Amino acid sequence: MPEKFDVVVVGAGPAGTACALTCARNGLNVLLIERGEYPGAKNVMGGVLYRQQMEDLIPEFWMEAPLERPVIEQRFWMMDKESVISFGYKGLEWAAPPYNNFTVLRAQFDQWFAKKAVEAGALLINETVVTECIVENGKVVGVRTDRPDGEIYADVVVLADGVNSLLSKQLGFHKEFRPDEVALTVMEVINLPKEKINDRFNLEDNQGCTIEIFGDSTKGNLGTAFLYTNKESLNIGVGTTLSSMIKAKLKPYELLDYLKNHPMVKPLIAGGESAEYLAHLIPEGGFRSVPKVAGNGVVVIGDAAQLVNAIHREGSNMAMHSGLLAAEAVIEAKNRGDFSESSLNSYREALYNSFIIKDLEKYKDAAHTFEKYPQYFKEYVPMMNQAASKFFTVDGTPKRDKQKQIIKNMTSEKGTLRVLQDLYRAWKAVK
Amino acid sequence: MSTKNIEEKQYLLRFKCDTKSHLTVLDHDICMTQCPDKICTIFCPAEVYKWEGTRMQVGYEGCHECGSCRIGCPYQNIKWEYPKGGHGIVFRLA
Repeated sequence: MPEKFDVVVVGAGPAGTACALTCARNGLNVLLIERGEYPGAKNVMGGVLYRQQMEDLIPEFWMEAPLERPVIEQRFWMMDKESVISFGYKGLEWAAPPYNNFTVLRAQFDQWFAKKAVEAGALLINETVVTECIVENGKVVGVRTDRPDGEIYADVVVLADGVNSLLSKQLGFHKEFRPDEVALTVMEVINLPKEKINDRFNLEDNQGCTIEIFGDSTKGNLGTAFLYTNKESLNIGVGTTLSSMIKAKLKPYELLDYLKNHPMVKPLIAGGESAEYLAHLIPEGGFRSVPKVAGNGVVVIGDAAQLVNAIHREGSNMAMHSGLLAAEAVIEAKNRGDFSESSLNSYREALYNSFIIKDLEKYKDAAHTFEKYPQYFKEYVPMMNQAASKFFTVDGTPKRDKQKQIIKNMTSEKGTLRVLQDLYRAWKAVK
Repeated sequence: MSTKNIEEKQYLLRFKCDTKSHLTVLDHDICMTQCPDKICTIFCPAEVYKWEGTRMQVGYEGCHECGSCRIGCPYQNIKWEYPKGGHGIVFRLA
């Protein structure tokens, strides 16, 4: 007699754990399946955890969760080969509760979060791969695992199996992703004493800084780099769309080493000791790549549903919120005793009415625009650096003449019309 | 020290290797005759794929399980599965 649960959740990342936690709190019989040795063993992110969606699940989680530093400063760099244009925001309101976001190390954080789901009553089994969904009469009725006699039945299967989501592909919810729908990102954790981090980034204990780096950080390819401060380490990483990586024939780890040796970056990480190297895909197809998210007896959440806002580097918060919305839909479905697609579509409706899909919809053309027109990263970042250098170098030229010269340089290279077209196109993609 | 190359980076990691590969090149002839770039040998972040003259060597033991090779192979010539439960890469930090 095979075992049957109300809900089987595949994947103990932020999405799956949020869903399992919420279902278990509401009295459902929940099994959470993780393929890694422990939750977090397979999970990677740059490192920013947003407070709001986490607090919706666990009020005042910062009192007990394993966090690194609350982020009080966010910097943005437009970097050329030997220069950088920098802007950002630092505010002490982010240094006190309720905070805005935190840097975290996922292997620790995910274990803690999954423990919360277990404490709420969910059953967690690690080291178990779900090999396929069991489909009977057009309805998902359970999962098959790689354990002996590993068939498990459930009213609802929640697919939180991450960016590669082989399971939602198996169900035909989406085709194989194209190389321009995913970003290949590599990062290193570099240990550095707390005092050095505080000095170099102008921080005090329990204050963190994030830097997003555009331009030469990816050698002008579509992507970004980042440098985040943990308590006693830095996360430094870089990624581009897989299609850009292929087109430019880039080796991702060489790009990472290029970044680490960049004269604008090198002094910040100098003397550090590499502690871990990680590679991962980020689903960056946006709105147009979101697959079908609800079917008969099944819902899809988090990275598996491509819920990432690459422009604002939001992902884990969207994962958690989609997990919460899916759980609410499953609880309603349980009350109705109806787990059909039309019943579970209340998750789809909630998702599409939430900030998640609204934000993805806002930027639906961004990835495509910047992929198709590479000049923004390749040409405009260096151009702006040259303009800034010219404008701020005091050489006796009157400022008005400098301005004219800068504008002339930009338009003579590309033509006034091209520049205006480029500006309009970029504005349209992010407006 | 901060790492300087892929060998040093991979050395930082813990792997619990399965005895069987979770990555399979379906047809080595396609790599040989149709794929001059052998692009997987370039973009794979763990240098899992190495071309050895007539066939593709797959060092699955060092795989990060990112999925890039499955999506990026121009000929859909790579069968990609997860390693057996509890096996493969074990991230300890981020």
